[in-house]
Amino acid sequence: MTAIYLLFILMLSVFVGFELIRKVPATLHTPLMSGANAISGITVIGALALAGGEYGQWSTWLGAIAVFLATVNVVGGYLVTDRMLAMFKKK
Amino acid sequence: MISTGIVTVAYIAAMVLFILALSGLSNQETARKGNWYGISGMVIALLATVLGVVSHNYIELFVALLIGGSIGMLVARRVQMTEIPELIAILHSLIGLAAIMVGYANFADASSSFTGIDLTIHDIETYVGVLIGAVTFSGSVTAYGKLSGRIGSKPLTLPGRHIFNLALLVAVVWFGQQFVAESAVGGGLLPLIIMIAIALVFGIHMVMAIGGADMPVVISMLNSYSGWAAAATGFMLNNDLLIVIGALVGSSGAILSYIMCKAMNRNFLSVIAGGFGAGASTKASSAGEQEQGEVITTTAIETADLLNNAKQVMIIPGYGMAVAKAQQVVSELTGKLRDKGINVRFAIHPVAGRMPGQMNVLLAEAKVPYDIVFEMDEVNDDFDNVDVSLIIGANDIVNPSALDEPNSPIAGMPVLECWNGKTSIVLKRSMATGYAGVQNPLFFKDNTQMLFGDAKDTLSAVVAAL
Repeated sequence: MTAIYLLFILMLSVFVGFELIRKVPATLHTPLMSGANAISGITVIGALALAGGEYGQWSTWLGAIAVFLATVNVVGGYLVTDRMLAMFKKK
Repeated sequence: MISTGIVTVAYIAAMVLFILALSGLSNQETARKGNWYGISGMVIALLATVLGVVSHNYIELFVALLIGGSIGMLVARRVQMTEIPELIAILHSLIGLAAIMVGYANFADASSSFTGIDLTIHDIETYVGVLIGAVTFSGSVTAYGKLSGRIGSKPLTLPGRHIFNLALLVAVVWFGQQFVAESAVGGGLLPLIIMIAIALVFGIHMVMAIGGADMPVVISMLNSYSGWAAAATGFMLNNDLLIVIGALVGSSGAILSYIMCKAMNRNFLSVIAGGFGAGASTKASSAGEQEQGEVITTTAIETADLLNNAKQVMIIPGYGMAVAKAQQVVSELTGKLRDKGINVRFAIHPVAGRMPGQMNVLLAEAKVPYDIVFEMDEVNDDFDNVDVSLIIGANDIVNPSALDEPNSPIAGMPVLECWNGKTSIVLKRSMATGYAGVQNPLFFKDNTQMLFGDAKDTLSAVVAAL
């Protein structure tokens, strides 16, 4: 039953994603992508839950490495996006 | 420890913030705020997870967060704006790798708590998640190699590559069924590992086969994959936040790739199938022979003269501007011309550069105001009124054969029709063909002048002569 419910959520989110991005101007494609990339670093939450639970050695260590990788992505992605967006100025 | 209820509420708040982030990022005025919505969403989700979900290994996790965060910060500060495409490609690969690790660890440790149909579903989720992660990882690393010039940009077209891909796919499905069957009796490691190897090969092969001109689409496609990888991780761990956010990023990346393909008048499937540009180079050489006329060369002083007497100037930047790091000089030139009352506009082709929007970022970095930077469709009909078009390090995006030569490999791609203006000046290092490997008849037109040399040096000379 959970799987059906999760699939349902997946479908809804896909539609929201389509609607959100449809009208984006080409100027913003690069910052949008690096921002979206930072957002997909949300994997860090999953990795934290796995490594921080009571599972086993594999979960602890691979989970911790995954936390590390996803954090690089999150922090690097957001900061570089902000750096880019700060440069866009009207005269 | 905070309660599960609070964690759920925090996750919902985070979801809303992420949606606001994406919608904010799609508008110039709100983009920066949008990014901060994203950051707040992430901070809330992280805090809730650490306080409400994590119960063990605090020190290890703290260290992982700290080192990861510091590296991320360093990279974001240090990276040059011309290297953004490479950076984004390598960041995508991290998400893929994280998905492989979470999937493997989850399989090794947690599978035992499931039985029957639940175990089957869980196994399929794990298998698919690791598969997407592995393709994202190796595909992104290959894209990084291509973008940073460590791997040649020519598409690799193995004989029978479609059959090869198909064989890989069949093998993945077969091992998947093996995996589910073996996992039911406590095994399954071998098929999982073999699948990872196959998926890695598939990812490499997929990106290797895609020609340089299609690189922008690849980047946005990998962006989409990194979202799906996050969503797949969510399925493995039964975490709806990951599924929602992963699907948001996945679908927004997919629609972005589609928009780009449409801008190039290319079929999405044929981009993915790859090989674009390989047949092109052979065809191009024959087309080049037919067409060999004389090119008219010009000097920096003559160019400055032309610009001084112009009223309408259009600047068309391409990847060459990024390579020559000429954006600063371009901005200087723009300022000088505008001071003289000359109307300067920029025309940006949707796939100029190695990543969509790359030109806009570079111009913004050089402090060119964004309200004189236009998209192709906004200015393409205006070239009749343009006195001088400056084409800086661009080639395929101003190639008239896309319109009038049905056999050209770039046929049908909309291009900037600068030849309709009075004069086009092409700044280029040599007569070499562009990324698509196609000869450009624009260079041989009567109203085109070639200004050879490094764009930064020649433009500096033009600025000095103004």
